[in-house]
Amino acid sequence: MGYTIAEKILAEHAGCEVTPGQIVNVPVDMAMANELSAALAIKELNNWGIDKLADPNKVCLIPDHFQPAKDINAAGIAKVVRDFARKHDVKYYLEVGRAGIEHAVIPLEGIVLPGQIMVGGDSHTCTAGAINSFATGVGSTDIAGAWATGEVWLKVPQSARLTYTGKLRPHVYGKDLILHTLKDLGTAGATYMAIEYQGDVFEQLPMSDRFTMANMAIEAGAKAGLFQFDDKTRELVESTPRYKSDKPDYTIASPDADAVYAMERTYDVSDLEPQVACPFSPDNVKNLSALHNVKIDQVVIGACTNGWIEDLQRAADIFNGRTAHPDVRVIILPGSQMIARQACDLGLPQIFIDAGCVFSTSTCGPCIGGHMGVLGEKEVCVSTTNRNFAGRMGHLSSEVYLTNPAVAAASAVLGRIGSPDEL
Amino acid sequence: MEIKGKVYRVGENINTDVIMPGRWCHLTDDAELAKHCMEDLDADFAKKISTGDIIVADDNFGCGSSREVAPLSMKAVGIDAVVAKSFARIFYRNSINIGLPIFESPECVDVTEAGDELEIDMFGGKIINHTKGKEFTFAPFPPFMKTIIEKGGLKGLVLEKLGE
Repeated sequence: MGYTIAEKILAEHAGCEVTPGQIVNVPVDMAMANELSAALAIKELNNWGIDKLADPNKVCLIPDHFQPAKDINAAGIAKVVRDFARKHDVKYYLEVGRAGIEHAVIPLEGIVLPGQIMVGGDSHTCTAGAINSFATGVGSTDIAGAWATGEVWLKVPQSARLTYTGKLRPHVYGKDLILHTLKDLGTAGATYMAIEYQGDVFEQLPMSDRFTMANMAIEAGAKAGLFQFDDKTRELVESTPRYKSDKPDYTIASPDADAVYAMERTYDVSDLEPQVACPFSPDNVKNLSALHNVKIDQVVIGACTNGWIEDLQRAADIFNGRTAHPDVRVIILPGSQMIARQACDLGLPQIFIDAGCVFSTSTCGPCIGGHMGVLGEKEVCVSTTNRNFAGRMGHLSSEVYLTNPAVAAASAVLGRIGSPDEL
Repeated sequence: MEIKGKVYRVGENINTDVIMPGRWCHLTDDAELAKHCMEDLDADFAKKISTGDIIVADDNFGCGSSREVAPLSMKAVGIDAVVAKSFARIFYRNSINIGLPIFESPECVDVTEAGDELEIDMFGGKIINHTKGKEFTFAPFPPFMKTIIEKGGLKGLVLEKLGE
C-alpha cells in the first residue's frame, strides 16, 4: 500500500513502516516557539530540572505575539526567551527587527525544508506544509519535550485529498479557496487529518496562496496542510538565505499513486466568487455578494495568513490612487521584515501611507487582540487573518469578517464590506 | 484511577480563545490563569467552579489556538476532567501532556446536564452518571497514551528517556 505525503515523511523519520492511527516517536528537524509558548516551555524545562537541549541547532525562537514589547509583562517574557536563547546558544533566535511573524519567517528564511518535520508552539505552524514540510502545531510541554529529547510523539494521521479545478475569476485567491473549503468541511471536518491540497488551480497562483491555505488547515481541525513539491516550491526553497549559504540536502515527499485517503473532495472553483467568513467562526462562510451594507470600523491586511508579498501587492493595487474611507482605520501587517523590505522595493508602503493606512511592523498583535489594533465594544473589522471567534481581536462584542486582501482593501475604501468591482 | 465530580455543561466548538483569551496569554502563573479561565464564555466561571468539577461538552472542544494556557487554566481553577463528544487535536495532546484527564463519550454527553454527578473509571473505560442513573463506556487509551497519563504527563516520559 502506498503512502500519502504525511505518511512518507513520518515513515522516513520513524525508520519503520507506518499506518494511520499508529503512534510513532520521530526526531524533529526543528522545534519552534514564539515568546508566549516558549516562556511556558522554558518554565516546564526548569520544573523538570533539565538544563541541556538535545540540539540547539534545531531550535527556533521568534518573539512575535506581543512584540515589539507592548508592556512591561511582554518585555519580561521576551527577556526570558532571549536569555534562554543566549544561554543555550540557540541557532535560530530571531530578534525583533530581523524576523517578523514566525510562520512567514520560517519558510522564507529556509529554517525548515521540504521533507522535514517541524513542531511549533503555535497552531498555525502548519503554514510550512506549503513547502512540503510536515509542520504541525503543538503545545509548550511538547516543545519542551522536543527541545530536551530531540523527539516528539505523533499519531500518524489519516490523509484527506482536496482537489481544486477550474479557472479562477478576478479577485479570487487561495483565501477564497480555503474559506470555501471550510464552509464545506466545518471547523472539525478534518480533525486529526493531514490535508493534501492539489489541482490545476495552483498553476494560476503563486506560493503565497499555498501558504494561506496551509495556514488555515488548522481551522478545519487538521494536523497538517500539505502541498506537493514542484518547480515553484524549488524556486522558493532554493532562494532562501539559509539554502544559499548552507546548501543543505533535502528530501522531496511525493504521494504514491496508490496512497489511501480517508476523505476526498473535488472543488470546481471556476464560478467561485470572493468568500467571507462571518462572525464568529471561520466556517460561517458566505459569498461576498450576499453581504449588504455591513459598515466597518477597521481593516487589517497581512499577518501569517495573508501577509505575503503578493498579498500586499494585491491590496496596494486596490489602494493605488484611492484613500481609505474616513470612518475606517487600516492596518497593514507584512508577514516579515523580509517581506516588508520587498514591499519597499516595490513602492508599496508609499501607496498604503498615501491611502491613509498604518504600515505596521510585523506582529501577531491585532490578530489575537493583543496590541497594535485591538477592537473596542461592538466594533466591526474586516481582516485577512485566520480566526474570528468571539473576542478574538478585542472586545467580546466586536465582530471580525475574514476575507482576501483585495476584498479587505476594497472594503476599506468603501467603508463597508464590498468588492473591488464596485470601485 | 477514579474521578468523581459535579458537571459544568458547555456546548460545541468551545475554542481556546474563549477558554483563555489572547489578552491573558502572557500569564504563566497558575493562580492568575485560574482567575481568567473561560471568562469570555462565562464571566463568573471561576467563581462557579468547585474543585473537582467536570466539564462536559459537545463536539470539537478546544479548537483553535495551540495555547497550553487553556488546559492549564482549567486545571488551575480546579477542573478534574473533561468529557466531550470529541476534542480538537492540539487540545487533546496538550491535556494528556499536562495530566488533565479527558474522555470522549458522545452517549454520556447526550444525557448529561449541568449539576449532574459523574464518576469516571479512567482505565476501566466507564463513566457513571449518578444523577441520571446511567452508565457509559469509552474506548480505552492507546497503551502509549496510558503510559503518559500514568506518569502524570509528558514529564515522566521525557525524564525516563533522558535517564536511559
